[in-house]
Amino acid sequence: MIEGYNFAYLDEQTKRMIRRALLKAVAIPGYQVPFASREMPLPYGWGTGGIQVTAAIVGRSDVLKVIDQGADDTTNAVSIRRLFANTTDVATTERTEEATIIQTRHRIPEAALREGQIMVFQVPIPEPLRWLEPREAETRRMHAHADYSVMHVKLYEDVARFGHIATGYDYPVVVDGRYLMKPSPIPKFDNPKLDRSPALMLFGAGREKRIYAVPPYTAVRSLDFEDHPFRIEKWDESCALCGASDSFLDEIVVDDSNKRMFVCSDSDYCQTRRAHGHGPAAEAKPATATKDAAE
Amino acid sequence: MNANSDEPILRVEGLRKNFGSRAVCDDISFELWPGEVLAVVGESGAGKTSLLKCLSGQTPIDAGHAHYRNAQGREIDIAASDETLLKRLQRTEWGLIHQNPRDGLRFGVSAGANVGERLMALGARHYGNIRFEATDWLQRLEISGDRIDDLPSKFSGGMQQRLQIARNLVTKPRLVFMDEPTGGLDVSVQARLLDLLRVLVRDLGLAAVLVTHDLAVARLLGDRLLVMKDGKAVELGLVDQVLDDPQTPYAQLLVSSVLQI
Ligand SMILES: Nc1ncnc2c1ncn2[C@@H]1O[C@H](COP(=O)(O)OP(=O)(O)OP(=O)(O)O)[C@@H](O)[C@H]1O
Ligand SMILES: [Mg+2]
Repeated sequence: MIEGYNFAYLDEQTKRMIRRALLKAVAIPGYQVPFASREMPLPYGWGTGGIQVTAAIVGRSDVLKVIDQGADDTTNAVSIRRLFANTTDVATTERTEEATIIQTRHRIPEAALREGQIMVFQVPIPEPLRWLEPREAETRRMHAHADYSVMHVKLYEDVARFGHIATGYDYPVVVDGRYLMKPSPIPKFDNPKLDRSPALMLFGAGREKRIYAVPPYTAVRSLDFEDHPFRIEKWDESCALCGASDSFLDEIVVDDSNKRMFVCSDSDYCQTRRAHGHGPAAEAKPATATKDAAE
Repeated sequence: MNANSDEPILRVEGLRKNFGSRAVCDDISFELWPGEVLAVVGESGAGKTSLLKCLSGQTPIDAGHAHYRNAQGREIDIAASDETLLKRLQRTEWGLIHQNPRDGLRFGVSAGANVGERLMALGARHYGNIRFEATDWLQRLEISGDRIDDLPSKFSGGMQQRLQIARNLVTKPRLVFMDEPTGGLDVSVQARLLDLLRVLVRDLGLAAVLVTHDLAVARLLGDRLLVMKDGKAVELGLVDQVLDDPQTPYAQLLVSSVLQI
């Protein structure tokens, strides 16, 4: 632990201010609470909102996991984990099961979350209505009136143009039957994991100075049409390393000849499966998987 | 046709709207009946748009009342209603047609999405049905169904105005507020749009408040006529009566100042 810094980098006053915003966010599921976002030792876009939330809630007995696109070992995940290791001395882990706080960019782990765990999401753009309405006062008014039909207008345009709902990331949801919410740029594959999760979900947007939350066991519904129901991505492939057919797969290029393979985006999930003796499916099919094959 | 057509759909009493210390609508009173079109005429600055905005809940009323009788037959005091209720009325039981299509359309999304939006606001969640209804309403406004995926910016001014009307009528509102709906259009385009509007208003049994400063439009679409000057109602009566036999000096001047129709 590095001398001279307060526990978890932020001063106690700031952490209290953030915790007050978090309490309000938990009390009003899906509602964006403004907070006085601080300058952090890394630029916006690198998870400053998530870091402030984690700093405000982390305690000495917590076990911290940090992932970026599902992986624990990317630069961003490593440097955030190191920031907290250096300023708190709390234990860190790569195991989803062991973690009490999981800060994440762009994924929710595959392993089922449990009560007592907290997910902290890094959010670039919190406002789901921003694409349509640049004025903050107006989007706040739309939230106040639950005036959300424009979100269906967007889905309508998707279907009219592409024949199906083409939104794949940051797929809009309604929380607790009330507030429209952006789940941060997770793949829609992860949306069902938000619904009635036993874990607490906290969202922090540093540049936009907003915090919001989904408390445990809260209904989270992905918007859709009756004749174009919400569907998650599907792959013809299974993971080339662990054989999983139920996880979100990344397509990676493995050599100079442009050879590709599909592997789990959640590195801990993949490693844990391999440690339990799972391997590639017997005969691997050629890499011809298409997303949204059902559409 | 209407369950309570023996009661006014809109009852306005002593309505006043101030800007600063000046009243731009002053002691306006009238009743509007189901299926009736009230044309509001007057020179520029008379307070017509201000009156329309007060009645449709877009701006606060400073004194007096405007009562709207909703589909359930309950009277709603527009001046005392909160914004949530007014917004809901605006996207369900009311229609709002602006002079400039830019104010009434979403230019970033297709014609079909523009028409479908109100259906979706009312809870329609079946894409196929929404599209079917949108196509039907485009055609009723003489826009070919194969333009459904075009952006409004690709439409002519007259088509944009017809699109705005389709977008409002698709959910069969009971009361429509129109502010110079044919204002910015060429004369020949105006004539066609007026014909269309007349047929739709009659077929749907719409009640409407129609602001215009074109007496020919008032004659064609209106049942009754309200003449405004400097925020005051100077004359109110059946359209033909007022236009053919104006009682007040101002209305006489107004009628004689335009070509007889
Ligand atoms: N937002 C505002 N603030 C101050 N004064 C206003 C505002 N809106 C309108 N007015 C004034 O109120 C008066 C009535 O305006 P209004 O727009 O209702 O007239 P109108 O009859 O619709 O005229 P036009 O035929 O030109 O559309 C005018 O004197 C106008 O300058
Ligand atoms: Mg006007």
